[in-house]
Amino acid sequence: MQPNMKVSGARASYLQASPLAVILGVFLLIPIATIVVVSFWDYNEYELIPGFVLQNYVDALGSAVTWHTYLATIRFAVIVWTFTLGIGFTVAYYLAFHVRSTLWQMLLFQLCAIPFLTSNIIRMISWIPFLGRNGIINQALQNLHITDQPLEFLLFSDFSVVLAFVHLYTLFMVVPIFNTLMRIDRRLIEAARDAGAGAWSILIDIIIPLALPGIAIGTIFVVTLVMGDFITVRLMSGGQSASVGLMMANEIALLQYPAAAAHAVVLLLTVLMMVWAILRVVDIRREL
Amino acid sequence: MSQHRGPAHGLLTIFFALFVCFLYGPTITIAILSFQGPDGGLTFPMNGVSIHWFANLFQQQAVGDFGGSFARSIMLATITMVLTVVIALLAGLAFRRRFRFSNTLFYLTIASLIVPSILVSLGIGLMFNVVGIQPTWWGSALGAHLTWTLPFGVLIMFAVFNRFDRSLEEAARDLGATPWQTFLHVVLPLIAPSLVGVALFGFTLSYDEFARSLMSAGSDNTLPLEIYGMTTNVTTPVLYALGTLTTIFSFVVIVLCGTIAVALQRRATKI
Repeated sequence: MQPNMKVSGARASYLQASPLAVILGVFLLIPIATIVVVSFWDYNEYELIPGFVLQNYVDALGSAVTWHTYLATIRFAVIVWTFTLGIGFTVAYYLAFHVRSTLWQMLLFQLCAIPFLTSNIIRMISWIPFLGRNGIINQALQNLHITDQPLEFLLFSDFSVVLAFVHLYTLFMVVPIFNTLMRIDRRLIEAARDAGAGAWSILIDIIIPLALPGIAIGTIFVVTLVMGDFITVRLMSGGQSASVGLMMANEIALLQYPAAAAHAVVLLLTVLMMVWAILRVVDIRREL
Repeated sequence: MSQHRGPAHGLLTIFFALFVCFLYGPTITIAILSFQGPDGGLTFPMNGVSIHWFANLFQQQAVGDFGGSFARSIMLATITMVLTVVIALLAGLAFRRRFRFSNTLFYLTIASLIVPSILVSLGIGLMFNVVGIQPTWWGSALGAHLTWTLPFGVLIMFAVFNRFDRSLEEAARDLGATPWQTFLHVVLPLIAPSLVGVALFGFTLSYDEFARSLMSAGSDNTLPLEIYGMTTNVTTPVLYALGTLTTIFSFVVIVLCGTIAVALQRRATKI
């Protein structure tokens, strides 16, 4: 009876897993394969011309604009990562170690998580009343006589892009870090305290090393989201800033699909290399 | 932990409170500004109080096809939600046993989360273009949304089944229950609250998805595409009115799912 059951168990697993495999195959793997194929095609104003040309890659990698755009995007990623990590870790640390009742912990955690389930575009738009030329911040600064002219850089600048990114994506740090912090054995901390460790050394020597897998997962989320973004950069910079995603979106709008596909392949490789580098540093398998 | 709370506690509490203000402040601000008078602008001061901009939303000429795109987004989100729950649940059950390619499938699911949305959008758009099929919101966009909602659903099911007490199933089996009876009367009631969580993710993530719809939705806009179009040519508080309505809608869905989950949780603990 036993071996027979095992066979049927494996067969059941295949059946149960097949819808997921089919969806990811058809709407993730084949589309990415299509991008790779089309990135070698030729094109003119009217149509795609199947073939094998390297021109799209020569254009993409040979242009100074591409390199500047990549640098600008990586700069965004580093700045946003720094802020989301700092804020996200502090929030997760507060929830995990300073909120005592489990009920409050869950309620406050959900308070942080709910905005993730609302519209990103609307959350970006909602900064206009604060940052605009006649917005709340400029009015306040002028009323307090700190400045006598409205600050122009608040909206439609790198500043507003970073602000929106941090606003949208800090949650992606809070959730995985909170998860790892909650798994830390509290007796470990008590033992350290009994042995005379101060709050600071407990944080540096125990909590942060044990939180590294959560930090790594959050980092992967934030870095890949920023690297592939185009809507935040376009809306918040008003066309003033550049990003890889925006460059691709512009090519798509001009129907230069093979050019966009070549950029997409380069972007995908860049993102995968970044993820690979993070996984080399931190082992996250324990978290999965 | 001991009752000792240093001065850091106060500072951290203030930091957390500021963070919550940072999260919700802007949303509350546009909710207030959406009640601007008919002559009001995008910033304070309030120029009177009215529901002018909400009424404006329902006039065809003021904005694009608000009603149509709203209806499409709700239908798409509902289909995505149902498929996400069913497929993630099945995959969660499958992953309870090791099977060939189970690791590959798991990494593929994670990859679906990491691949930038614009790539999925472009890839699906190109695939339909090459094959010569028109993209539609209920076909290609549905597939695009599932590549985003399914990883969340599968990860939630993973967490649920990792903590699941298998002895309950064994007890049911010992009492003579068939596998199907065990699933229906023991497993399902216990995981039902988490399934509501998966449903919530499936619905709201699809309802708000922009980048993955961009090239896959075809000629009929979903609501986020419509809103995006508005941001470039609408400069009145009607934009805020729309934002407020769609945010309220999301909150209603969240509260509804929360209530159902809590009710199911109560019933599960009674069993």
